[in-house]
Amino acid sequence: MLGLLETGSGFWSAVVWVILVLVIGSLVYYIRNKGEKSYKKNTEQDKPFISGNPELSKEGSHISASHIYWGFTEALKGYYNPLVKIHTGDINDYSGWIVIITVVILIIVGVRG
Amino acid sequence: MNLLNHTPILILALPLLAAFLIPIIGKINKKATGIFATLVLGLSLILTIILAVKILSVGPQIYVFGAKSPLLTLPSSLKFPIRIMFQVDAMGIFMGLITALVSFLGAIYSLAFIDKKDGLDSYYSLLLLLTVSMFGMEFTGDLFNFFVFLEIASMASVSLICYRGTDLGEPVEAGFKYMVVSSIAALMVLFAIGIFYGEYDVLNIAAIASVIKYSQLDKIALGILVSVLAMKAGAVPMHMWTPDAYSEAPAPITMILVAASQASLYAIFRVVFSLYNITLNTLAVGWIIIIFGLLSMFIGVTMAIIQKDIKRLMAYHAISQTGYMLLGVGVGLAVLANPTALQRYGITAMEGGIFHIMNHAMYKGLLFLTAGALFFRTGTRDLNKMGGLAHYMKYTTIFFIIGAAAIAGLPPFNGFASKLLIYESVYKFNPLLSIIAMVVSILTLASFVKVFHSAFLGPKLPQFIEVKEVPRSMVFAMAVLSFIIIFFGLFPDLIVKNLVHPAVMSLIEQFKYTSTVLGGM
Repeated sequence: MLGLLETGSGFWSAVVWVILVLVIGSLVYYIRNKGEKSYKKNTEQDKPFISGNPELSKEGSHISASHIYWGFTEALKGYYNPLVKIHTGDINDYSGWIVIITVVILIIVGVRG
Repeated sequence: MNLLNHTPILILALPLLAAFLIPIIGKINKKATGIFATLVLGLSLILTIILAVKILSVGPQIYVFGAKSPLLTLPSSLKFPIRIMFQVDAMGIFMGLITALVSFLGAIYSLAFIDKKDGLDSYYSLLLLLTVSMFGMEFTGDLFNFFVFLEIASMASVSLICYRGTDLGEPVEAGFKYMVVSSIAALMVLFAIGIFYGEYDVLNIAAIASVIKYSQLDKIALGILVSVLAMKAGAVPMHMWTPDAYSEAPAPITMILVAASQASLYAIFRVVFSLYNITLNTLAVGWIIIIFGLLSMFIGVTMAIIQKDIKRLMAYHAISQTGYMLLGVGVGLAVLANPTALQRYGITAMEGGIFHIMNHAMYKGLLFLTAGALFFRTGTRDLNKMGGLAHYMKYTTIFFIIGAAAIAGLPPFNGFASKLLIYESVYKFNPLLSIIAMVVSILTLASFVKVFHSAFLGPKLPQFIEVKEVPRSMVFAMAVLSFIIIFFGLFPDLIVKNLVHPAVMSLIEQFKYTSTVLGGM
């Protein structure tokens, strides 16, 4: 069958997957259309609910890249601090890593054959 | 004279000749340089496709320089080859197709992207030289010839990384760093080649492979070659030049630099499979490559998440994706001497790794081009300064979503197909490796969600009111890559059966590689 990729443990067919997504998507769309039709554009319903607080300006509400995953990086400080530290941007360090890794590989290949 | 017999050399000769013609054309008409370079690279792409069809239907192709016939590998009365030759097998042409396609699309994208800058003739000359050197690294059957092409690639890359301007500090700094690490790599590669020449008196890869003894000297050469070629491929912890170089080069050049790094990755595979094969301790060297892969995957993606410069972020992802290729092929190498394991999952792991090379070149190329499109219109690479660009750049947004979904391994895009092959085969070798690979994919998705949100989503920002979609040539290059990503994702079996599997077998079956040059010796 065209599009059937055998992985050694099973198979994958993107074509079947796409057909399934279309069928399920159509079903979801059909069910959604059966819902209540009380939504009106450009009314109060369009405004975000922020617990009664005043809405920020559109421009001010955009979350910039630095704030995304702040919690993730903060929680992994112990991992990130040394990792960022070794990325010095110094060409001497870049060259040093090449030498260190070459020596390590030479030792492994020399000892293990 | 049958011109088709000369296809391997024509693929290189045309862009090489064009590279030296372009400064003359530039004297007459600056704009014509880009169109001329694109046409030549288009011709080169057609010839590469013709050669690929021939190789996949007939078998490996040889091209001997200076011989009476380009097919005459052994001069009369000699038992070893003395002339430089191209030896293009399924793996070589697989890489050649990537190079040809990426360079051609890079040139098309450059037509609008580089149009306003000075030094157009230098730009296109260097782009063509970089392409020639990549073809050379992939087609040559001679170690010293490989070194020469590696050097040309480094020199052209350094100049192109600095292209944005010597008055700007960062591109020059990135170019200088790349020059230093490339020089170290070149000297070490030359030293390893010197070892082979001193030991065996030949430079032809097939000839050395037929007599290699795996002596202490051969082990030293192996250690040096694996280490420095891994560095050139951007493997952790020798990856640090990559974010500098990839982020400072113009976007189409970054896309070609990714393919150039993959040419070095190909060289590692050529060395361990075609040159050494089972003479070496495949398990030990396989694990070295697997560990390179693991470090690259994990450190690459975690470093990407914290980046604010869109191209630096994508550069760290390029490192991370190289890890998948190293992992897949590393597992194949680790079980090379074990025929049962090789058949059960080794070949599939290698297919996943090799297929990922092609897929990565397509989606990472596309992502770098979308980053270039954002820079082209907004003048910044800083994600903190971007926002709401989907309102103005609808095509770029769609292309970005396709590229991001593909790199994250979401179905039905091409990245999913190659990653699935890797997950399911590597799991049988060591389940933990597969689990790490899947975690990395999740982190990749998280990282690109961040880019998508910060650059494309959100309200219209006042500073971008004037922003509009990029010119047609840039849209065209991104559209072609998007089409390939979707096509490879929907019909991965076509690519695996016709291109990837023959490439993997040409690496595994060393005797076929040597017998192509040496006959039945």
